Amino acid sequence: MTNLVLPNYPKLVGVHPDLDSPDYRGTTLRHPLRAPIDLPQRLTEVTGPLLGEGRLGAFDNDLTKQHDGEAQGQRIIVHGRVLDDGGKPLPATLIEIWQANAGGRYRHVVDNWPSPLDPNFTGLGRTLTDDAGRYQFTTVKPGAYPWRNNDNAWRPAHIHFSLFGRSFTQRLITQMYFPDDPLFFQDPIFNSVRDEKARQRLISRYDHSATIDHWALGFEFDIVLRGASSTPFESAEEDDDE
Amino acid sequence: MSERLGCTPSQTVGPYLHIVLPWSDGPFVVPDGTSGSFWVTGRVFDGNGDPVTDGLVETWQADPDGRFDHPDDPRGATKPAIPGFRGFGRCATGTDGEFAILTVKPGPLPADDGRTEAPHLDVSVFARGLLNRVVTRMYFPDDVAANDADPVLASIDDPQLRSTLIAIPNDEGGLRFDIHLQGAHETAFFEL
Ligand SMILES: [Fe+3]
Repeated sequence: MTNLVLPNYPKLVGVHPDLDSPDYRGTTLRHPLRAPIDLPQRLTEVTGPLLGEGRLGAFDNDLTKQHDGEAQGQRIIVHGRVLDDGGKPLPATLIEIWQANAGGRYRHVVDNWPSPLDPNFTGLGRTLTDDAGRYQFTTVKPGAYPWRNNDNAWRPAHIHFSLFGRSFTQRLITQMYFPDDPLFFQDPIFNSVRDEKARQRLISRYDHSATIDHWALGFEFDIVLRGASSTPFESAEEDDDE
Repeated sequence: MSERLGCTPSQTVGPYLHIVLPWSDGPFVVPDGTSGSFWVTGRVFDGNGDPVTDGLVETWQADPDGRFDHPDDPRGATKPAIPGFRGFGRCATGTDGEFAILTVKPGPLPADDGRTEAPHLDVSVFARGLLNRVVTRMYFPDDVAANDADPVLASIDDPQLRSTLIAIPNDEGGLRFDIHLQGAHETAFFEL
């Protein structure tokens, strides 16, 4: 059998940040100097891990309920869809998130700036998208936090998102920001995305329809992964001869 | 042709990825004790030759029969013969920049141009200071002829650069695969 017809994921132009982004000092010694080699997408690239329910714990999609007491801070609901760039929803794909607490402090050994830990907040979330590619987390709004990139540097409030999609090619780790953050102007990570329109896609939208009276503010964040250029093949008539 | 949506840009994992990304079973592409399994170990280095102690390495590969349990494999999704084979490995780097993945050797793969790809792992590296992952491949040192015929390896003219993709046998019966993000020993990275 020789005629393998594989999906093809067109390369993205001008979406992702340059690995060499000197304003973010951490890139200086970590970005490759050589231009990347073109890798044709073959079987390993167009497949990927399809990780299911076994990866989820009981309260993984509600970060406010993972401890005996309630987490401190502004309770929020973050929801949205995971789509490919053809608009097709990606069902049953694993999303992992991590974030600082309401005071901007991570529960992590290397974060020790003088803002208190919250004994009732870990900052870890996981969920799977449903059949329509939808996901939802309940959490608290993370605080801004300082870092040592340059004098008086503060990260805008953000939630880290990790997504698998359905292929190795679609794997994405990103950060979700909040509307109208006054710290955007001075953040070299947010601004490493040079294209204004692409950068705006990192910002969630306040969603009053997802806001719950006397409970939580709603934010919508759709995530778009690069998609295959067309439906690549119909495999139905070809039986697996294993 | 309908208009395509704009894709979400990548951002760095930052220094706090350990809150959620390392799984207790992350390094186990196959369950501990699987017949024929071995450890792939390596270290990740920056442009100064210093270890990257806050990175994450992920691997993806075919099963030993060269099959994927995935609907986009046009040969049909195939359950692996090895119980618990996941194909996916994930390990955060430690205080020496080290990582370890327990796996089995994947089979060779047919390519759409009628050629054959030598056994390989696709490898992603994430870290603070990387605004997007970098992607490389790991090949096997004993596959000399298959590696010579591999279309991806063959596309790299510089023998020193090509050699960065081939793991090295270690004393424990496993393989060593070091990754240099930058500099004289820089690993060959790919644009997907
Ligand atoms: Fe962060």
